[in-house]
Amino acid sequence: MRRALFGCAGAVVLLLALPSAGLPQVWNSPGLSPAEFKSMPPGGPALRHDMSGTWDAGAAGIGGAAQEAEREAARAPFTPLGEEMMRRNKPGNGPRAARVSEINDPLSTLGDPTGFPRLVLYELRPLQIVQTPNQVLMLYMFEKRWRVIWTDGRALPTNPDPRWYGYSVGRWEDDSTLVVETIGTDDRTWLDNSGDPHSGSLRVVERYHRINQNTLELTVTIDDPQVYTKPWTARNRLPMKLMPPDTDLMEMIPSASEAQLYSRDIASQTKGQQP
Amino acid sequence: MRNTLVAVGMASMLLVAASSPTAAHHGAATFETGKQITLKGKVTEWIWANPHCFLKFDAMDDTGTVRNWVAETQNPVSMTARGWSRSAFKVGDEVTVTVEPAKNGAPVARILNIVLPSGQTLIAVGPGPGAATP
Repeated sequence: MRRALFGCAGAVVLLLALPSAGLPQVWNSPGLSPAEFKSMPPGGPALRHDMSGTWDAGAAGIGGAAQEAEREAARAPFTPLGEEMMRRNKPGNGPRAARVSEINDPLSTLGDPTGFPRLVLYELRPLQIVQTPNQVLMLYMFEKRWRVIWTDGRALPTNPDPRWYGYSVGRWEDDSTLVVETIGTDDRTWLDNSGDPHSGSLRVVERYHRINQNTLELTVTIDDPQVYTKPWTARNRLPMKLMPPDTDLMEMIPSASEAQLYSRDIASQTKGQQP
Repeated sequence: MRNTLVAVGMASMLLVAASSPTAAHHGAATFETGKQITLKGKVTEWIWANPHCFLKFDAMDDTGTVRNWVAETQNPVSMTARGWSRSAFKVGDEVTVTVEPAKNGAPVARILNIVLPSGQTLIAVGPGPGAATP
């Protein structure tokens, strides 16, 4: 009897210590529902130098049709080279949206990697942030892809070989703000779903500011003097909300074979339509 | 309990109906936005894939011709958030599909909603996960 009582007390202590303990385990979460996102309380104050957890920016993170106007308003004017590069891109969304049969988006038609910074400007689905003593790891639901952000004080490489996801270093600007700089990206990728291009000279600054326990704000600045006449803010304090610690995310992988299936059964049949 | 479930279901439907659609890999340039047609047909295949899931079904049009339609939704993640699943349809299911057709007259369309044999309605457009920002 005494042992049983101790057992019960132990279970209660455990339940109090772990907010998610005792709840049914959930698999394949697609992200927070609109209601969950909106009603998320701020929680306590932000923890020092800690952004660990799974974060979701909701529909604003996805960057689809609803964000087209905002994206277009934020973008700096193209340079002449930028104009030329932009005209070659036939995107599915945005002011220059092409018909399905004409889209040449390397992500959706070829199965190329999304690349960086597109991964944070479009289809920013939930991501898990893991911190080690010398790295911040970003594990993205979209593509089931990851990025390594070095926080060991190293400098960015000089004249790096291009990589789909570039080279990133981060530093804590204050207790709750991590600033990440990235260079060395691959100019085959687009910046976003509107087909905005970038060159290999692109430099991206991400600013992650944890304003309280449950909210992380993301600001992204694009600086590519070859393509844009001035730096511009592609994400302006985008709020991301903290998901429960037992969240298991769905896979969302844009595979090449599925893209081919879509092209064969849908895209190819929409050719020759009247405008 | 049952009343609660019905209320939750109705609230979800209202939320979906009141929100604007979000687009994934392409916008509405291909389809006749605003035009709706309703087709009764039999499912021949349900593809649960990126960038869009799509349903194939045989349906008769106004002229009495039976054609195999291909109608798309959003991706599996966004459709899961709306209550759809990989096993939502099986071959031979009799379904009533309301769509926006392609501009070129091909039997290709974007699904707005589907009434299942059970009478349940699945809604395809509306917010994905976390559609409303504060």
